[in-house]
Amino acid sequence: MNASRRKFLDGLLGLFSLAGLAALAYPILRYITPIKKREDSTLSVVASKINVLTPNTGKLFKFGSKPGILIMTPEGKYRAFSAVCTHLGCIVQYSSKDQQIWCPCHNGWFDLNGHVVSGPPPRDLERYTVFIKGQDIIVKKEKA
Amino acid sequence: MMKEKMLNWVEERFDLSAIRHLTREKTVPVHRYTPFYYFGGLALFFFVVQIVTGILLMLYYKPTGENAYESIRTIMTQVRFGWLIRSIHVWGTNLMMLAVLLHTFAKYFLKAYRKPRELTWISGFFLLVLALGFSFTGHPLPWNEFAYFAAKIGTASIGSVPLVGPWLLEAIRGGQGVTGNTISRLFALHVVVLPLVTIGLVILHLLFVQIQGSSVPIKVKPVGEIPFFPNFFLRDLRVWMGALIVLVGLATFIPAELGKKAAQFASAPAGLKPDWYFLPMYQILKWIPSTILGISGELIGIGLISTGALLILVVPFLDVKASREEESTWFTVIGVFVLFVFMLAITIYAKLY
Ligand code: HEM
Ligand code: FES
Repeated sequence: MNASRRKFLDGLLGLFSLAGLAALAYPILRYITPIKKREDSTLSVVASKINVLTPNTGKLFKFGSKPGILIMTPEGKYRAFSAVCTHLGCIVQYSSKDQQIWCPCHNGWFDLNGHVVSGPPPRDLERYTVFIKGQDIIVKKEKA
Repeated sequence: MMKEKMLNWVEERFDLSAIRHLTREKTVPVHRYTPFYYFGGLALFFFVVQIVTGILLMLYYKPTGENAYESIRTIMTQVRFGWLIRSIHVWGTNLMMLAVLLHTFAKYFLKAYRKPRELTWISGFFLLVLALGFSFTGHPLPWNEFAYFAAKIGTASIGSVPLVGPWLLEAIRGGQGVTGNTISRLFALHVVVLPLVTIGLVILHLLFVQIQGSSVPIKVKPVGEIPFFPNFFLRDLRVWMGALIVLVGLATFIPAELGKKAAQFASAPAGLKPDWYFLPMYQILKWIPSTILGISGELIGIGLISTGALLILVVPFLDVKASREEESTWFTVIGVFVLFVFMLAITIYAKLY
């Protein structure tokens, strides 16, 4: 067999082997990829009752499958944000002493508008609208 | 004699010269750095302890979001000696990491990586990565508060790897968030994938050492040599006994804690910090601002850490002087700097603040 023909056949063999490997790898990779759950379509929840929070305190609430944080500012106004830190996803808490939102994982700070004050978080906390209906404090998201 | 007969029976069928070489002809050079040869064996000893205690933990541990925490609590409170087995596994992780790090630095400062042992170093580097992988995948398993946030932060940093990051993140979490699915996946990695790969690599690593013998540091003249078996092996054994005493002592008097069960809707507890061997990485991630010149801080952190790892990997090829058996003082200086200034100082800083 001449050299160029051998080279060609070797190349072909290589190509087929690669295709074979890809055929093995594809189902495995697909299998590993988690099934997509339907996006959380919760747009509003009752975060708390009135008279639970006092000024300059905060509490966590469930917003679908994610945590949110409801805060009563020192002036007595309600604010609500996603409680998932925009850095690496820890759950934030309200610090009454500093009157700011604090993420203990890498010392990230957000102000009462959810804006990053200091630390590694790259983005502001997602802010929700809050309104009161009877005894309920309702938190609403603009879009899913 | 019975033993002779049995050996002869096997010998007639298999060529045992390799084993005979190991037991009769392998020697270890004796010089003032000979004690530095202990650390590899020490790492191996702890690795075996981890395998034994790990198998025992598997008898009761349940890798699901609902049962993981409770099953560990059962191990700690009801299973006889369960607390001890778990404590040994937890302390074993720390001591194994320590042994692997000491081993790495010993081989680094003795320039044991130089030609012809480049591949021994490279296989060792991957063993170091695997050791970190064991900790990473093992820590979330008890599903306590610490575990939950360790899993969250650890996996989130994977997500910022360019291109494959988002897929990798979901693949390791088993979904968007950290849930019971994450436990199943980390568990499979921790008890099947990593041990298989590590055992294979340890065998390769030891094969390299076996073929080439122990390296002698540059310009050091051994005063002699001792047989590996039984002389050096008995010294190894002495070190292992000491290690076992320390390990069991720590596990008994400072037993592993369990803490509170992970809650998906609770704030991260203050004072949350990773294990000591991850502290330099953690502190760097904390120091890097969220963006530098428009590039995300996470990406820069990952870039820095991978560059550092790559440099360690290719040390044998960078240090050309050592390969010519000349003293490479610069590499010693850099090593001292990395170990004392960088690793130790940052670790202590991160621990205190
Ligand atoms: C699970 C982890 C590891 C185990 C169980 C292990 C085990 C061993 C053992 C038993 C030896 C022979 C005894 C000795 O010289 O100390 C050895 C040699 C060696 N190891 Fe490792 N090792 C591990 C990780 C590493 C790492 C992380 C590195 C460096 C990146 C490394 C680099 C070397 C080198 C260069 C030698 C050659 C020794 C010489 O000839 O002087 N090993 N290892
Ligand atoms: S996860 Fe919040 S600061 Fe890092």
